[in-house]
Amino acid sequence: MCGSCEDICLPGAIVKEFKEGPSSTDIEAYSDIWVICESPDGEIPTWAGELLSKARELANKAGEQLAAVVIGHSLGDKPKELMGFGADKVLVVDDPRLGKFCDDIYANVLAYMAKKELPSVILAASTARGRAYIPRVATMLETGLTADCMDLDIADDDTKTLLQTRPTFGGNLIATITCKKHRPQMATVRPHVFKATEPDMAKSGSVINYSVPDELLASRARVVESHIEPLEGPDITEADVVVTVGRGIGDEKTLEKAKELADLLGAAMGATRPITDEGWLPDRTQIGQTGVTIAPKLYIGLGVSGAVHHTVGIRGSEIIVAINKDPEAPIFEMATYGIVGDVHEILPLLIEKIRQEKG
Amino acid sequence: MDIVVCIKQVPDTATVRFDKEKGTIIREGVQSIINPPDLHALEAGLSLRDQFGGKVTVLTMGPPQAESALRDALSLGADEAVLLSDRAFAAADTLATTYTLLKAIQKIGLPELILCGTHAIDGDTAQVGPGLAARLGWPSITQVAGIEAVEDGAKLLLKRLIDQGYEMVEAELPVLLTCHKTLNTPRVPSLKAKMRAKKAQIPVWSHEDIGAEPDKIGISGSPTWVDSTFVPAFEAKKEMLQGSPEEQVDALIKRLKESGLI
Repeated sequence: MCGSCEDICLPGAIVKEFKEGPSSTDIEAYSDIWVICESPDGEIPTWAGELLSKARELANKAGEQLAAVVIGHSLGDKPKELMGFGADKVLVVDDPRLGKFCDDIYANVLAYMAKKELPSVILAASTARGRAYIPRVATMLETGLTADCMDLDIADDDTKTLLQTRPTFGGNLIATITCKKHRPQMATVRPHVFKATEPDMAKSGSVINYSVPDELLASRARVVESHIEPLEGPDITEADVVVTVGRGIGDEKTLEKAKELADLLGAAMGATRPITDEGWLPDRTQIGQTGVTIAPKLYIGLGVSGAVHHTVGIRGSEIIVAINKDPEAPIFEMATYGIVGDVHEILPLLIEKIRQEKG
Repeated sequence: MDIVVCIKQVPDTATVRFDKEKGTIIREGVQSIINPPDLHALEAGLSLRDQFGGKVTVLTMGPPQAESALRDALSLGADEAVLLSDRAFAAADTLATTYTLLKAIQKIGLPELILCGTHAIDGDTAQVGPGLAARLGWPSITQVAGIEAVEDGAKLLLKRLIDQGYEMVEAELPVLLTCHKTLNTPRVPSLKAKMRAKKAQIPVWSHEDIGAEPDKIGISGSPTWVDSTFVPAFEAKKEMLQGSPEEQVDALIKRLKESGLI
């Protein structure tokens, strides 16, 4: 099929078939680990170094090569920096048509490359954009995809199976998910879940400029305007202290009290998913598997019960303080200091006494 | 404008309780609801239909009792509903799910617009919407927080949320959108629609009805497997602060001062 009538076919009667080259079940045909970095604005995000650092460990264990794949525009020399985090080579697609993010175009490019190069593992960031186009790629490659992993490893046997760890439904259990009979094995990871190693600027490798067929770079959708909003208050992923509210705070009045405590401590505000789902705090304050991962010196949880979906995002905290009226709340299993009590009673007291301390 | 809205029936997380000993969910007494983000997809579909005509078909895959989610959608004003229910569909991951939905949508007849929620609150992979669009070769735009139809409905101007702000995206139909909770406020069911929903015949399709290949559906069509599960362990210096609220707060402040945090 030449595909030329596809774009004008309004009923969409033509359905693309994705079979060509080795199938996703010819697992012997696949090797190497890829870390994907999408960069429409030409900047390399910090999570690229985090993912590559983890991927380097995986590549060593699997005895495979590690490649960074950068898709975007106006990239200049920046992709080369990724060698410092352990990439053996960098594959770059730099094209003006990639200067704005477009879900299907970015997916077309990555799927095309993966079908040609046959990587065994593809790791990507679970950002809003990653979550938008990586599932398309997995579908086009007819393989599995595990979203929002909290850890990754390579199996100890010689199968080079990627062990992908994430909480299961309900959040009280953690599951290891595998994709044994299909390649590539694909996983996404939230920013800040892994730590970047110190970049080794002396490390060298090859940068390969990759070109893709023109027809892959067209879509019926296009970005016409971009609005980047600056963050308000301290950045939750950088803050030393994070005050987090959960369903147990009960009402918005208590939320105001929590904000008062945060101001007093110079803390960022964080939330569990029910709170952001209610719209009480913006989505970007949501901590956990599908939100941000934080590693502050002090985490204070107010009315946070401690479902795994949330607590996977706070494991790096040095001191965890939990205030909850339910003595059985799982948060107390990991709290450095726990107070069983009513937030409505404890919180005003805490604010008052910290004020006194500060004079 | 013919629209298909994909919905999922999920356990209401507000009513979910856990068995601490076994680390599993206590299924009794858990209510089933339409996945909340899907209600915003349905509302978007209904209001575009009200504006441009056409019909809204709601589609779900699930056990027989998922029919009640479809009846709820009909009582909100959807025109038609289809239930995909077959033992062979069970334990589908997102790859098998998008294949199954594709086959069903081909049987319904390809619409001009497919709407999904941003994610399901139980599995929370956010993969089915984009994956389904890839199978159709359609554009997908995720996290849509605003829809304006332009050029008489031939194009949509979309507000699409990204990590730090939003983008305006112009898309020609047909497209697939995943709808964010800030997109709209779902309507409440009307009495008339409720009555109609109660009596509606909802077709139940098996894998044979949609012509799905058995090795691409359910567990055999799912590349991902849950290999093992374990209870998370945290190593923390655990101390429960005792006494009256005042004593507890004093003890906490003392410790935070010792750590140099206050």
